[in-house]
Amino acid sequence: MATTIQVTVNGKAYSHDVDPRTLLVQYLRDVLGLTGTHVGCDTSNCGACTILVDGKAVKSCTMLAVQADGSEVKTIEGMADNGTLHPLQEGFREEHGLQCGFCTPGMIMTSADLLERNPNPTEHEIREALEGNFCRCTGYHNIVKSVQYAAKKISNQEKVA
Amino acid sequence: MIPNKFDYHRATSVDEAIRLMAQHGMDAKLLAGGHSLLPAMKLRLNQPGVLVDIGRLAELRYIKKEGDSLVIGAGATHDDIANSDMARSTLSMLSEAANLIGDVQVRNKGTLGGSLAHADPAADWPAVMIAAHANIELRGPNGSRTVSADDFFTGFYMTALAEDEIITAIRIPAPPKGTHSSYQKFMQPASRFAIVGCAASVTKDGGVCQKVSVALTGLSDTAFRASNVEAALTGKKLTKENIAAAAQAAGEGVMAMGDHFASEEYRLHLAKVFAKRALMAAAE
Repeated sequence: MATTIQVTVNGKAYSHDVDPRTLLVQYLRDVLGLTGTHVGCDTSNCGACTILVDGKAVKSCTMLAVQADGSEVKTIEGMADNGTLHPLQEGFREEHGLQCGFCTPGMIMTSADLLERNPNPTEHEIREALEGNFCRCTGYHNIVKSVQYAAKKISNQEKVA
Repeated sequence: MIPNKFDYHRATSVDEAIRLMAQHGMDAKLLAGGHSLLPAMKLRLNQPGVLVDIGRLAELRYIKKEGDSLVIGAGATHDDIANSDMARSTLSMLSEAANLIGDVQVRNKGTLGGSLAHADPAADWPAVMIAAHANIELRGPNGSRTVSADDFFTGFYMTALAEDEIITAIRIPAPPKGTHSSYQKFMQPASRFAIVGCAASVTKDGGVCQKVSVALTGLSDTAFRASNVEAALTGKKLTKENIAAAAQAAGEGVMAMGDHFASEEYRLHLAKVFAKRALMAAAE
């Protein structure tokens, strides 16, 4: 029995009939073709599938698409603004916050939730916020620097604006 | 990993959810945040034919004061509780425990009611709710009833909740003046579940322990009140030595669980260590 869902993803409204057992990550990747959200462990441990649902970071492998009905979803594809990288994306590039890049979309989306709550996090707060995101390449050091870069850039932008 | 096929209903009220549960009987499961249920369904450990979604019910998602009690709606997320000044000022172990659950993504979705109903033997909330003398409010087709946290957890993933009932709220009585609390746990580094966790609340008057409430989780098949620790500390001066001595009773006479991560012996050792840490922090 299919269920109709209406979701806004990266500002665009969609309506689809889905099998209720469809995971949100499957819906994003297989139905909408938004493959920037990765499936890592598929057991809600690694955080690679993290996206924002109504502004909060969630693991999209542990959420059904039907649970997102009526919600605003944001994925890594929605972070850049008309070709201009989001400060977090820029930070990961500038500070070499990735090697293979598999965990990066999840890292960025979780960091977006953090910076929304706490625009000037300490190093410890960044590490705590990212405890649900695993990286097997970088050793986290440059990831933390990347988030610090973004926090600084966002606060400078706000001062100018 | 994809769950088995099921029919999905989103309830628009608690009453509708109760009606749907009654209609579908044993084949139906409630879905709140889904952070215990969906992983189990993906592994096909749980294969309900019907899911009744209560995850969007605003009537279940609140944290408020009613008289002297703190009342937390069953649909409040761990993150809601972690950020609630009202919860922190009532008993700081509530926010400490909330902040130690999983990670921010899990806390954004998982709910207090869901965690209590699931009753994972390594979950944090059961111990905290026992130590807080919480009352758990349930509603079913025949009306509402209240079960104390002490009586709610009956065994390995087992609770007093009937098949057709929903947890609606958790009511925590205001602690007496001079009460401080703490939740301390040794966590599994991947899942962040408690290998052993201890919630302690201490009411102090002139350096003497007037009242103490201690509960342990992770140690055995269900969270439980450590009555022997309470008895060993009540009426005593809250010195480091007295606390350490009382904590030695933690886990006494308990059938401890063992797994590849921590043996029974190690868990029993941790129970004493974490009872002491929680009591020390609460007595400060």
